[in-house]
Amino acid sequence: MDLDHSPADEAFRAEARAWLAAHVPLAPLPSLETAEGFAAHRAWESELAADRWSVVSWPTAYGGRGVDIVRWLVFEEEYYAAGAPGRVSQNGINLLAPTLFDHGTQEQRARVLPSMATGETIWAQAWSEPEAGSDLASLTSRAVRTDGGWLLSGQKTWSSRAAFADRAFGLFRSEPDTPKPHQGLTYLMFDLRAPGVTVRPIGRLDGRPAFAELFLDSVFVPDEDVIGEVGQGWRVAMSTAGNERGLTLRSPGRFLAAADRLADLWRTHADPADTALRDRVADAVIGARAYQLFTYAGASRFAAGEPIGPESSLNKVFWSEYDIALHETALDLLGPEGELADTDWSEGYVFSLAGPLYAGTNEIQRDIIAERLLGLPKGRR
Amino acid sequence: MRFLLDAEQRAFADSLNALLTAADTPPVIRAWATGDRTPGRALWSRLADAGVFALAVPEAYEGVGPLPAELAVAFIELGRHGVPGPLVETVAAAVLLSELGESGSAKRLLPALASGEALATVALPGGGPFVLDAEAADIHLTVDSPEAPTRDTTPPARLHLSGSGSGPTGSARPSLDPARHLTLPHPTGELLATGPHVTHAAAQALTWARLATAAQSLGVGLALLDRTVEYVKQRTQFGVPIGSFQAVKHQLADAKIALEFARPLLFGAALSMAPADVAAAKVAAGEAAYATARTALQLHGAIGYTAEYDLSLWLTKARALRTAWGSPAECRAEVLTVHGPRSTDSAVSGGDPRS
Ligand SMILES: Cc1cc2nc3c(=O)[nH]c(=O)nc-3n(C[C@H](O)[C@H](O)[C@H](O)COP(=O)(O)OP(=O)(O)OC[C@H]3O[C@@H](n4cnc5c(N)ncnc54)[C@H](O)[C@@H]3O)c2cc1C
Repeated sequence: MDLDHSPADEAFRAEARAWLAAHVPLAPLPSLETAEGFAAHRAWESELAADRWSVVSWPTAYGGRGVDIVRWLVFEEEYYAAGAPGRVSQNGINLLAPTLFDHGTQEQRARVLPSMATGETIWAQAWSEPEAGSDLASLTSRAVRTDGGWLLSGQKTWSSRAAFADRAFGLFRSEPDTPKPHQGLTYLMFDLRAPGVTVRPIGRLDGRPAFAELFLDSVFVPDEDVIGEVGQGWRVAMSTAGNERGLTLRSPGRFLAAADRLADLWRTHADPADTALRDRVADAVIGARAYQLFTYAGASRFAAGEPIGPESSLNKVFWSEYDIALHETALDLLGPEGELADTDWSEGYVFSLAGPLYAGTNEIQRDIIAERLLGLPKGRR
Repeated sequence: MRFLLDAEQRAFADSLNALLTAADTPPVIRAWATGDRTPGRALWSRLADAGVFALAVPEAYEGVGPLPAELAVAFIELGRHGVPGPLVETVAAAVLLSELGESGSAKRLLPALASGEALATVALPGGGPFVLDAEAADIHLTVDSPEAPTRDTTPPARLHLSGSGSGPTGSARPSLDPARHLTLPHPTGELLATGPHVTHAAAQALTWARLATAAQSLGVGLALLDRTVEYVKQRTQFGVPIGSFQAVKHQLADAKIALEFARPLLFGAALSMAPADVAAAKVAAGEAAYATARTALQLHGAIGYTAEYDLSLWLTKARALRTAWGSPAECRAEVLTVHGPRSTDSAVSGGDPRS
């Protein structure tokens, strides 16, 4: 058991650190939930991609560096420690890309991945519907067979960044009369600017258009945009949903950097007599370290050939609740200034509040933990 | 980087678990609580044969240590089975003596600790006000300072040794955990060493004591979770197992999350042995175990609230270990000594969470 990185991994770290030091924008970019910020983030991602730092764990053929999971973690630590911007491409990179690696065709990978790596095509996830939230399998949007492809109709909602994104991926009911709701679904990619698509941005808590509703009216999708087998969409989606909850959505580097910044804030704003607040800062530092080490342990198991199973639900609940606690502590440290909306802390706070909702609500994750990790009997759902 | 227990460490844990399962610890714990040490000492010597007490003792003094990761492995199992006695204290004594070498009479005292012949208890600065299981211990070590430290000076510490019977005299105070007997320290007996090296050795011993307590807490929490999961699968109300109710599941899921995130902190701390890392592990494991204890009690219903049901042996220990060898607040403060207040001129400006 050891925590030391190999000299080669440390050399990789040094290379990443040097590159980031030379390239990370000095002033923070505008919020990526605005049109201006979206464009600025897209430009940043293409700068990252130009030197192959946008998707380090992907094969070189698609713009990556083919590094293993440990180096990916090292890169993420450096990325966030350098104060580099949040990733506007994250839904594509974290959800669609793993799906294509597992279930896509060679042709799909070659067509989709390179422009995802450069930020030229930004992807939105179109899973949820107004009547299908936690019970995602109850979705009703349809895919109807047509010449050379499919016609999509229905309504999707809460699609992050769809207000500014280019394309989307989602689940559609291709066989209406199956005995079980999980059957007869097909996983498809479509163009957000195709005829028949209407995108209505929705303001999140602070009014920024962080997500959108999609109205689909006979939107044509060619056969080559079906991922996996027709009718097997649920299986395809679930095999990669673990990625969203698990390692890739929230890398420990982000929380380590945030905890460091919180400790700095405490140094400059602390009332030493306020031990209650001191304890919360300490818990944030402890939590970031716990998350880092938990992830290292998971990465070690993964490297030893074990799959990432329902443990990813432990991860999801932990980081989402941790993220809120960290940002609440920062706002409380700032006192009355914590109310100001134009700070990075408050932007982070608003963002964190959604963590227990998306990527499978924490209630659903707790069910998975109880049933699949603790072996408790299934109850009514 | 390979942050996983190796096969040998896992086998060590399994063999201790098997030994302790076969030993059927609940009657041993109850006997210890009433002052009957015979079964406890018998178990102690079997643990010593398995190598547990040699882990903190260097080879020069007939031990196999220092091996903090293995010690953490062992103490998880000791906690899981609720083993009573001055376990952590014996580790702390061993570290204290080995750090001091011959000036602390290492050769004279350590082999008996490593072999399990002698039980030790110890009082250290920063370790809390009480001495555990003084009547049961053969060796009493007390580190204190003749004067209180001031802002600029730390007075030289003194290490006293006394044997059983001659140790702490004040009457024992009952602990919330009936298997723990507490007294106030009583620095008398042979003066073994004095000076700054005693202060340093005591700090090392404190770090080990905290690591062992964190591991023991994690084991206590894991036992509470396992027992409760088994119970809620069997107990039925309203015609179904209570474990099928979401309100029950979610409490257990939270316990699982807290315990699983304390575990890597514990092993990370065992690798670095940095006081701040160890303090972080103690906070996380102690809080996780205690929260699990609360959940375990709630989900067992009234039977959990009885002394005759074995769950109580772990419930009370989780509470006691939470404050033993450093309260959560003291440990959190220690965590921030690394991330601590800097002088203002070197302070970095706050603020960018970069979500
Ligand atoms: C910021 C943000 C971004 C998002 N981005 C996307 C995106 O890009 N693409 C996309 O497809 N979706 C996205 N979502 C949607 C997200 O996946 C859903 O919000 C989520 O699945 C929950 O569905 P719901 O909101 O309809 O809540 P509901 O399912 O109606 O749940 C409401 C409450 O009831 C609880 N509940 C429901 N069922 C159960 C049960 N069986 N047991 C216990 N409690 C239950 C839930 O846990 C929750 O607390 C996003 C959401 C947010 C907030």
